Amino acid sequence: MFRYIVRRLLQMVLTFFGATFFVYALMFANQDDPIQALAGERPITESVRQALTERYHLDDPFLLQYWYYMKGMLTGDFGTSLTGRKISDMMEVAWPVTIKLGLIAIVIAAAVAVTSGVIAGIRRGSIFDNVTLVITLIILSLPIVVLAPLAQLIFGIKLGWFPPTAGATPTFWALLLPALVLGSLVIATELRVTRSSVAENLRSDYVRTARAKGLSRKRVIGVHVLRNSLIPVVTLIGVDIGGLMSGAIVTERIFNVPGVGFNLFRGIRTEDGPLVVGFVSILVIVFLVVNLLVDLLYAALDPRIRYE
Amino acid sequence: MTDIKAKIDVLPGLDPRAPLLEVNDLHVEFRTQYGISRAVNGANFTLAPGETLAILGESGCGKSVTAQAIMGILDSPPGFITKGEVKYRGVDLLKLPEKERRKVRANQIAMIFQDALSALNPVFTVGYQLAELFRVHRGMSRGDAKKRSIELLDQVKIPAARARIGDYPHQFSGGMRQRVMIAMALALDPEVLIADEPTTALDVTVQAQIMGLLAELQQQRNMGLILITHDMGVVADVADRISVMYAGKVVEEAGVYDIYARPAHPYAKALLESIPRLDMKGQQLNVIKGLPPALTAIPQGCAFNPRCAYAQDVCRQDPAPPSYIVAPGRTSRCHFWRDVVGE
Repeated sequence: MFRYIVRRLLQMVLTFFGATFFVYALMFANQDDPIQALAGERPITESVRQALTERYHLDDPFLLQYWYYMKGMLTGDFGTSLTGRKISDMMEVAWPVTIKLGLIAIVIAAAVAVTSGVIAGIRRGSIFDNVTLVITLIILSLPIVVLAPLAQLIFGIKLGWFPPTAGATPTFWALLLPALVLGSLVIATELRVTRSSVAENLRSDYVRTARAKGLSRKRVIGVHVLRNSLIPVVTLIGVDIGGLMSGAIVTERIFNVPGVGFNLFRGIRTEDGPLVVGFVSILVIVFLVVNLLVDLLYAALDPRIRYE
Repeated sequence: MTDIKAKIDVLPGLDPRAPLLEVNDLHVEFRTQYGISRAVNGANFTLAPGETLAILGESGCGKSVTAQAIMGILDSPPGFITKGEVKYRGVDLLKLPEKERRKVRANQIAMIFQDALSALNPVFTVGYQLAELFRVHRGMSRGDAKKRSIELLDQVKIPAARARIGDYPHQFSGGMRQRVMIAMALALDPEVLIADEPTTALDVTVQAQIMGLLAELQQQRNMGLILITHDMGVVADVADRISVMYAGKVVEEAGVYDIYARPAHPYAKALLESIPRLDMKGQQLNVIKGLPPALTAIPQGCAFNPRCAYAQDVCRQDPAPPSYIVAPGRTSRCHFWRDVVGE
């Protein structure tokens, strides 16, 4: 187990450098004239241009730039955004918001998906099962760039149930609608996986044994079936955290949630290399750590799995 | 512990002098999208304490379904019991409300299954699955339940029971796993044990050990044992009586010596003739020609008639042959049982 974790951590170091290098290269290749992008339409004096070029090492070759950047990052200095703000300061504001948003989204999605999935799995072919099937199909086929503005228009503006945008310091209530939109990204698959997992486990031999032991239906389903059915679902929820991160870019932009996705969106649009690479680097780490945790959790849930 | 057992014994209509288990004219059908599949069409048998009844038949003849119907663990839908009685000490279990019925399971009638690996829950320890019985049915504390579980594993001769109680099913060998199953079935001292092909998934030497263990435990506890199998060799060793099933019907019921010596139904006779014997070396093995009927389309009259050497016109028409009494305690559903026995 210990050796497995060490090996995974070493692999993570490689993945981390690979991913940051890749993102850095993409941002580098995409750069047209970041200084002009920063200034917008205004003209820039030659001296300012020179100062900025020097400050961001814009004249150095690509590998050297990457080296400077990584050196800074590994010593805890994410550098400054092209807007002049320290990126670590921006992260301090952005990460708590996104973590809150992501948590609300995943908790709601998982709760709804698991409950409905279990009911649908027990009552296969019932009205409930068919209705959830249709709803999940609709949700699955709606891309988030459609779903997010649609939800904002209907629930935020027309019905006025939720604030249409979140604002600088969002409350729980303001985050709820974006979280629901974000959660809908993963709810459909989680529900379908729960349903088929429950349906499959209900047919298994150990359920027959549990019934032959004179256990109540509640206990057979709530203890024996559920414990087995949730193994793939928990894994899926872990993997979904990555999916939520990419979904957050669009959702946070549309609902004006000042989180990681919002900053990334702005960074990509303004060709703000340091900003994008800094945020993505942390995203990569989050994603890797979550995946490791999911794998470890998998072994904890299913005793048949052992890591050497 | 005894007082709880006593409470269950006060089932309405319970008669301690009535037969331990009595199955009368049991009918089970499966309503599938391909039509109605008649899995059991009038199964009859009785079981006394300490007796071993073997239910013998080919795959798909309704043996396992009969057992599941007795236990009340039939998957319903699609399975439905359409007719008949399952009487435990005079109480018709099929008429009991589910809550009462549940108490009978494991307390009075317990069951062990063919493949212990899939029949045990993979994500709980063996100790948990054993202790669960004591905690749910007897309201025992975790500590007491664990103690009793270790005793049980000892009784079924699992070495180092105390250490193995925390192991998961996949950490046991096939034979040990089946012992765990047996321990689980015997936990609450049932009076009837149904063993559904308990040794099919095991290799031959382990089979003998498991059958020996079952016989020993049965004797100690004076349990009635229903042994469901297709293995004639296993039957000959341990059974007192045999019920031969074909297409959901008991076609012959007899003592084990009678049936091996002089079968009274052509199907039982054909089954016996298809056992390979040492003195038949070099000869072709007798097989029963044809296939068992699809349960959605059982032939008119005697279900065995298309494969039967004795079949006459009367066998091909309804009504099906009744249960003829060949001798006391011995029945055959064949119009020509005299000819079959006589040869």
